[in-house]
Amino acid sequence: MNIWSWDVFADAFLVIVQGLGITLGLTIACYLFALIFGFFWTFLRRIPFKPLHWVITWIMEFIRSTPPLVQLFFIFYAWPMVPVVGMTLDPFTSAILGLGIHFSTYIGEVYRSGIDGVDKGQWEAARALNFSTRQKWTKIILPQAIPPTIPMLGNYLIIMFKEVPLASTIGVAGILHMANSYGAQYWTYLEPLTIVAILFLVMSYPSALLINKLEKKMNRRFDKKEALNSSKGATA
Amino acid sequence: MIEPIVTFNDVHKSFGDVKVLKGIDLDIKPAEKVAIIGPSGSGKTTIIRMLMTLEQPTSGDIIVDGKNLWKMEKKGSMVDANEKHLRNVRGDIGMVFQHFNLFPHMTILENCMTAPIHVKNEDKSTAKQRSIEMLEKVGLGDKLDNYPSQLSGGQKQRVAMARALVMRPKVMLFDEVTSALDPELVGEVLEVIRDIAKEGEMAMILVTHEMDFALDVADKVLFLDEGVIAEQGTASEVIEHSTNERLQSFLHRFRS
Repeated sequence: MNIWSWDVFADAFLVIVQGLGITLGLTIACYLFALIFGFFWTFLRRIPFKPLHWVITWIMEFIRSTPPLVQLFFIFYAWPMVPVVGMTLDPFTSAILGLGIHFSTYIGEVYRSGIDGVDKGQWEAARALNFSTRQKWTKIILPQAIPPTIPMLGNYLIIMFKEVPLASTIGVAGILHMANSYGAQYWTYLEPLTIVAILFLVMSYPSALLINKLEKKMNRRFDKKEALNSSKGATA
Repeated sequence: MIEPIVTFNDVHKSFGDVKVLKGIDLDIKPAEKVAIIGPSGSGKTTIIRMLMTLEQPTSGDIIVDGKNLWKMEKKGSMVDANEKHLRNVRGDIGMVFQHFNLFPHMTILENCMTAPIHVKNEDKSTAKQRSIEMLEKVGLGDKLDNYPSQLSGGQKQRVAMARALVMRPKVMLFDEVTSALDPELVGEVLEVIRDIAKEGEMAMILVTHEMDFALDVADKVLFLDEGVIAEQGTASEVIEHSTNERLQSFLHRFRS
């Protein structure tokens, strides 16, 4: 028996790509969930009530210090057994919740660093111009806090993309799941799993390059405007 | 008698154990120009920061246009003001900061337009037109689409003044607005303040180290020392004819 067969490779490829939509869909869904839920953590921690702050910080620490796989299993297998609030969730929803909540704690931290990076004077100016609390956030603080964090947020997208195969353990039929079933069916794992690895590489590497570029662009953001100005000044 | 636009009644302020202000009483009439001078750490800036609601007084009352700034009535007793009450009262006050605090993500024009549009619900074209007029008045009509990072310190400070002025405050606060500027840029900023002062409609409170400027612009000068108003009067009374020793030694350092 051959160690490597291109026929198997081609055959497996056609099966495995069918899971690509699920893998990408799950990545995007988890990511959006984490982006939105991240704000929830960030703002909850800003409520000036010390005990709440401690509780939230502790919950975030707990979520971050537990493996995502354990959380996934808990939501899928254990959650339905919890009295009153427990409910059975389908694998896809469980995966969104599990991975989404796990990563939202990291994303929340990223937001916090962005917000902390906004100069104190900006808050005071917003106050002096009598902006409402909501306007202060939407017009002044967040537009300055978020752009510098975009490269970091992008990194989490790639990290999350690579964690999404965990969902195959609870039966989400992404590319890893497809490869696994193919392997089990034909008793050949080398080609299918190679395909999975290649697919991940093909998608995450260009994203990483893109984020690198974005990061450089962000770092140059203000210099660029200044450079533009000095050239204008020179011609004037 | 004209009702004062701003009144301080026995206002105290502590940061932790440090008593910064120890009983400030003060009346400012509409359109009056008041300069606050004094050594650093004497609490000058704290006075106007409390008025802008950036710091809460430890005790005492601040009245703005007849309304208590930091307290409101609730079920017949006075309680700490909530955000809604503060917003309501501080709408009459504008402030220019030492470090400009322009919004770096907006152009000069947007910096001026944003508050009238979002805070005062002015329509966009009116706000734009008024902002342009104001920027022209401070001599920056040709910089409308520039970003703050493209301007010199003096230009930034003039934008900050235009931004505060389009809100038409009744009281305008200036917090050492020339202290962060290179010496050669101080003049252009003071010139604009002088122009604003001449128009006369607004009360102005200036925390400043520019003695000649205070003498020129202010109707009233307060000398703040160790948390109390140690001396007050017309500019020439305080700066030129006072016999207060600490004031003399303070002024001496500026005259040498």
